[in-house]
Amino acid sequence: MGKKLLLKNIDIPGISSYEVYRREGGYKSVEKVLAEKNPEAVVEEVKKSGLRGRGGAGFPTGMKWSFLAKPEGVPRYLVCNADESEPGTFKDRYLMEHIPHLLVEGMITSSYALGANKSFIYIRGEYFYVLRILEKAIKEAYDNGWLGKNIKGSGFDHDLYVQIGAGAYICGEETALLESLEGNRGNPRIKPPFPAVAGLYGCPTVVNNVETIAAVVPIINDGGEAYAAIGVERSTGTKLISASGHIKKPGVYEIELGLPVEEFIFSDEYCGGIINGRKLKAVVAGGSSVPVLPAELILKTAAGTPRIMTYESLADGGFATGTMLGSGGFIVMDETASVLRNLHTFARFYHHESCGQCSPCREGTRWMDQILSNILKGNGKMKDIELLWDIQGNIEGKTICPLGDAAAWPVASAIRHFRKEFEEFIENPAAVKDVKHYYSVNNISEA
Amino acid sequence: MSKITFSEETLKTVREIIARYPEGKQKSALIPLLHIAQSEFDGWLSPEVMDYIADILHIKPIEVYEVASFYTMFNLKPVGKCLIEVCQTSSCWLMGANEIVEHIYKRLGIKPGETTADGMFTLKTVECLGSCGTAPMLMIGADYHENLTFEKVDNLIEKCRQSGKRSSYLVDNMLG
Repeated sequence: MGKKLLLKNIDIPGISSYEVYRREGGYKSVEKVLAEKNPEAVVEEVKKSGLRGRGGAGFPTGMKWSFLAKPEGVPRYLVCNADESEPGTFKDRYLMEHIPHLLVEGMITSSYALGANKSFIYIRGEYFYVLRILEKAIKEAYDNGWLGKNIKGSGFDHDLYVQIGAGAYICGEETALLESLEGNRGNPRIKPPFPAVAGLYGCPTVVNNVETIAAVVPIINDGGEAYAAIGVERSTGTKLISASGHIKKPGVYEIELGLPVEEFIFSDEYCGGIINGRKLKAVVAGGSSVPVLPAELILKTAAGTPRIMTYESLADGGFATGTMLGSGGFIVMDETASVLRNLHTFARFYHHESCGQCSPCREGTRWMDQILSNILKGNGKMKDIELLWDIQGNIEGKTICPLGDAAAWPVASAIRHFRKEFEEFIENPAAVKDVKHYYSVNNISEA
Repeated sequence: MSKITFSEETLKTVREIIARYPEGKQKSALIPLLHIAQSEFDGWLSPEVMDYIADILHIKPIEVYEVASFYTMFNLKPVGKCLIEVCQTSSCWLMGANEIVEHIYKRLGIKPGETTADGMFTLKTVECLGSCGTAPMLMIGADYHENLTFEKVDNLIEKCRQSGKRSSYLVDNMLG
């Protein structure tokens, strides 16, 4: 059994309520930081822990915090990114639904470290029912003196609000999120200035993912060194992995970073292997944006080293033979799945979610969606593969925000590792309709 | 048609939401207010409703239109009482989302984007709702219905018919 930090109490009945959460040691991190009265020391502890942003980018959290500008007389904000929308990712929903006080506690402790008197949790609109759970937890925190004026006599004031979104993947990009929180379309901002200098309402702002903020709680309680002792090299601590697709036991797993990928997929403690005794074909290891890898490359690097669940090991080989840990959205495909059809769901997704601000992404995502749709309907041509390759290359790195890259990488990796499947689809359109799951949204009657 | 206005009780909530934000930043309340408006005024945002929200927040109507048209959850056209949103992305597709959409088509005769003639059901396909481990899934109002089977879908349709209520993101357990 790996060590659990965030989900260790998840099975305790009533843990979503204040009473049980508090009885199990909840809000100790707030007591600790308020007693020690040293916000800089909290930032140092997070630096020592080696915690990296759990939303997908993996940027060191302590460093992000230390960039926060602190001009006199200007309010500072902490904003929690609960816009979880990366296909394959549902860990934040799980955490907020089942142990909401962990996030509320993390928000207060982190806000104290940053000197923020007001913070927001920006949650995706479709998680309305989770908003209710968070609002209840926040009310309980107010009622018990953990939020509001002069918290526990410390002189520290803090107000925490949940802000609801309305269905836009792009709002998971931190500057788009801030735009949305200000009541605007979710168009990402040009950086610099970074949010640490000019974020919400032009004030210094830190934006962190739900899991990142929750991880601050055990880091403060047990110390940054204890956290850093878990994991491998620069991948410290634990990570929530959302496992889905053709596996026996889909769900959210907290793993110690460093767990072998093979063990994660096949051990009964985690995914439990592939359904119906089928073979593993491919894995998207870190949410829809990261390169898809065939079975042999997800289990072992090109050099033959067993791959482990760390930022570094999954990225070994670069994009030629590697992928990324990303958000930890782990989508497994068995031998009956079509990588090409799965890719089309991604391409359609990015086409739908592009904010339209940058031409390469706005136009490119539409073209990729259409070309893939054409191939899948049996109207593809061999030159479409080169065209797709060309389009993705003209999006990557040419947009304001990383959505363009995120749309390009799945296409590039599918062509790189599964070109044969593209060719088969194009050469033999008659076989197309025999593939399981055929149907086109626009042609239901033909299915 | 009567003048569009929130009830006194709703206005109290609206004022509470607006008070969360710093002076001069009341536009931050726009998305929460649009959700409330959509829920109160028949499940969609008519130009008149959007103008009313602009009035409340002292912003220009265009500032409301441009936001309302950006976000997937805001309906700018009338929808059926029961809005069925089926996730169709990756894991849901792998686990059979297409068959769910086809099944709903067989039962109700509507394709994605269409509404039944009696105005009861609208079918919509949506992108990843974060329910990948419990795929396939669909959403009605604020409720997630997961690990779907055809039988479950049939039951949901029947329950919607019986309830006859308008689905709303603000109401949990609509079919409870």
